[in-house]
Amino acid sequence: MHIMEGYLPIEHCVAWTVAAAPFVAAGARSISRRMEENPRVKLLLGVTAAFTFTLSALKLPSVTGSSSHPTGIGLGAVIFGPGAMTVIGLIVLLFQALLLAHGGISTLGANTFSMAIVGPWVSYGIYRLARRAGLSLGPALFFAAALGDLATYVTTSVQLALAFPDPARGVVGAMLKFMGIFAITQVPLAASEGFLTVLVMNQLIAYSRPELRDLGIVTKTETGGIAE
Amino acid sequence: MLLALMTAVLISLPLWRAGLHGTGAETFAGTDGQAQELIAQTHPNYRPWIRPLWEPPGSEVETLLFSLQAATGAGVIGYYLGFVRGRVSAKR
Repeated sequence: MHIMEGYLPIEHCVAWTVAAAPFVAAGARSISRRMEENPRVKLLLGVTAAFTFTLSALKLPSVTGSSSHPTGIGLGAVIFGPGAMTVIGLIVLLFQALLLAHGGISTLGANTFSMAIVGPWVSYGIYRLARRAGLSLGPALFFAAALGDLATYVTTSVQLALAFPDPARGVVGAMLKFMGIFAITQVPLAASEGFLTVLVMNQLIAYSRPELRDLGIVTKTETGGIAE
Repeated sequence: MLLALMTAVLISLPLWRAGLHGTGAETFAGTDGQAQELIAQTHPNYRPWIRPLWEPPGSEVETLLFSLQAATGAGVIGYYLGFVRGRVSAKR
């Protein structure tokens, strides 16, 4: 769940917006460059956006007795790189802030930073590391999606802790409390997101191989090879 | 198949557990609401300085909009998978 409208002091809103802006600009450039290089992956970019759209609308129950939603960012971060997902994440956040009163315009910068910058970069980094360590595509993608999801909500907790430090235990104390709400709830949801991401990727590997090959996700020799 | 099943189990397990314990109406509250409560406890003087420009009138309308969002995304994914599947079978 995103930080609600008005629930960050104005200076924090400005600071997170300023911090997010260069990533958004770089993301927009990276999308347009990629589309120029290879127009046939345009539809696939739409699919990764749609995946984020769907997953971030699903408020799922968690073992903690509370609900939150996954982000769907990992799939696109692995296929198109983190920059592309910054732009897509921002669009989804804007939609939810304006039409659903979920998140907010004042907190858009902070929420963009957690869901559309930290999330995709962590996903992308984990995927790269896992592949280099010799993991096959399926498990690497699972960890990328799940940990990217989790990282988003750890970031949300940090952002709220900085704005609302605990009167007795300070920023760290508040961070633990907010993480108790956001991050713990998110653990099973992050695993769900990991499974769903691999599920969609399996379909793409089976039927959309040319596009994935263009993007360097699968090589010519690599067969799908993830448990269905 | 297995992946879809594991996801379904992960999502339904908490529901089943809540049913066993018979917890009250506050079950499965959103984490954003819980964070709001925590802020109200530790910083009772904080007032949100801006309200949402527009809020869905009532939780039913909100549910409608959330399901529209999910359905739109799922529709696009379904369209694409149908398209590429057709492309593969046309090639064969």
